[in-house]
Amino acid sequence: MERDDIIEYSLDAHHSEEHGRKVRRKIWMVTLLLAVVTTVEVTLGAYWKEWFSLDAWQTIKWMYVVLTLVKAGFIVHTFMHLGDERSNIRAIILLPYALFILYLMFIAIWESQYVHYIWKNFL
Amino acid sequence: MSGDAAKVLSNDVLWGGGRSPFSISYGKMMMWFFLVSDALTFSGLLVAYGFVRHSTLEPWPIGEEVFRALPFLHGSYPLIYVALMTAILIFSSVTMVLAVEAGHRMDKGGVIKWLFATVIGGAFFVGSQAWEWYHFNHGSGGYITISNGDKYWVGNDDHDTHDPAHAAGFHLTKALPGHFLLPDTLPGGAKVEPVTGDEAQKLWKEKVVYMAGAPFPWSANGNEYNEYGPQQYSNFFYFITGFHGFHVFSGVVINLIVLIMVMKGIFHRRGHYEMVEKAGLYWHFVDLVWVFVFTFFYLL
Repeated sequence: MERDDIIEYSLDAHHSEEHGRKVRRKIWMVTLLLAVVTTVEVTLGAYWKEWFSLDAWQTIKWMYVVLTLVKAGFIVHTFMHLGDERSNIRAIILLPYALFILYLMFIAIWESQYVHYIWKNFL
Repeated sequence: MSGDAAKVLSNDVLWGGGRSPFSISYGKMMMWFFLVSDALTFSGLLVAYGFVRHSTLEPWPIGEEVFRALPFLHGSYPLIYVALMTAILIFSSVTMVLAVEAGHRMDKGGVIKWLFATVIGGAFFVGSQAWEWYHFNHGSGGYITISNGDKYWVGNDDHDTHDPAHAAGFHLTKALPGHFLLPDTLPGGAKVEPVTGDEAQKLWKEKVVYMAGAPFPWSANGNEYNEYGPQQYSNFFYFITGFHGFHVFSGVVINLIVLIMVMKGIFHRRGHYEMVEKAGLYWHFVDLVWVFVFTFFYLL
């Protein structure tokens, strides 16, 4: 049975040749960014010991985490088009996930330090 | 993207019934929900890895010392191979998003071209991972310990020999405390000079333990630590990269099926290429997971 009161969102996603050029330019810019960030990460990982002292590791480690989140953000925003969706769907996807994982990370880091302490001192 | 999601609508209209408040089709929303659940699984695995690594008392293997080989080449190329794998996966993600873009213009030829490139990229990634697994499992030349407890790494030019002491280029390199594998360069750039010739042969005869490569825990001498250190390191390596590799494999199969459907003109008759977009969401997710695996397993 055909229904005419349903909005066919799938049919609504077309764009023109001109708009396509803009989209493609954005895609290639993000590609360039991802390639540059990955190159920086790998070069640092392979050679940081020759360039910096061992104390630099803490800084490099947190830089890796930040760069990874930047890369993830661009992939989700541009490649997965989440930036083009309504804020409703963005919230329904990102917020529950962030809530669960931040909690899990907090628990895991807290507990692992405690387990480490126990093993080190009482085992 | 143009379309309903770009229209400015008040919340009264959006939530007033008779439409999706998300301006998104059922299929796309369900793909997103699946991806959220899958992301939770992967995050759970990586957090578990972090837990073990944080709580362990043992020194932990270091990514750039474990993964530094290239096929057909001798020598040390830290992280280069896994960087190539990352590049392959990111570029197959780019070709996928270009296929989606071509679909929005109803450009069937463009979709076929880019989707085909995506399938090839994904297949290359799975193949690369097979080699990486093989190499990791094979391990390096192994190590010996002598009676005073000193540990030496075994090196030779013939990787597959059964008798390292008589292989060409046989040499021993003294291990450093706190390192499971042999680092190329010490902090400050100093090199560790290997022991060669008669002196190496003498040390070889004095050995108490010879641990060759990376034996499985259920093999003859697998109860001791293999050369990568704690067994959990290998367990997590195989489980996380294996789980991700299985996602890549299924993504390649899904993309191949969609590609065949595109070539048969099914989506063109349907009037939209949303199936390419949904498969694309999954494919980008696989890339996204690899970005995190790359950081938290190989780099940190």
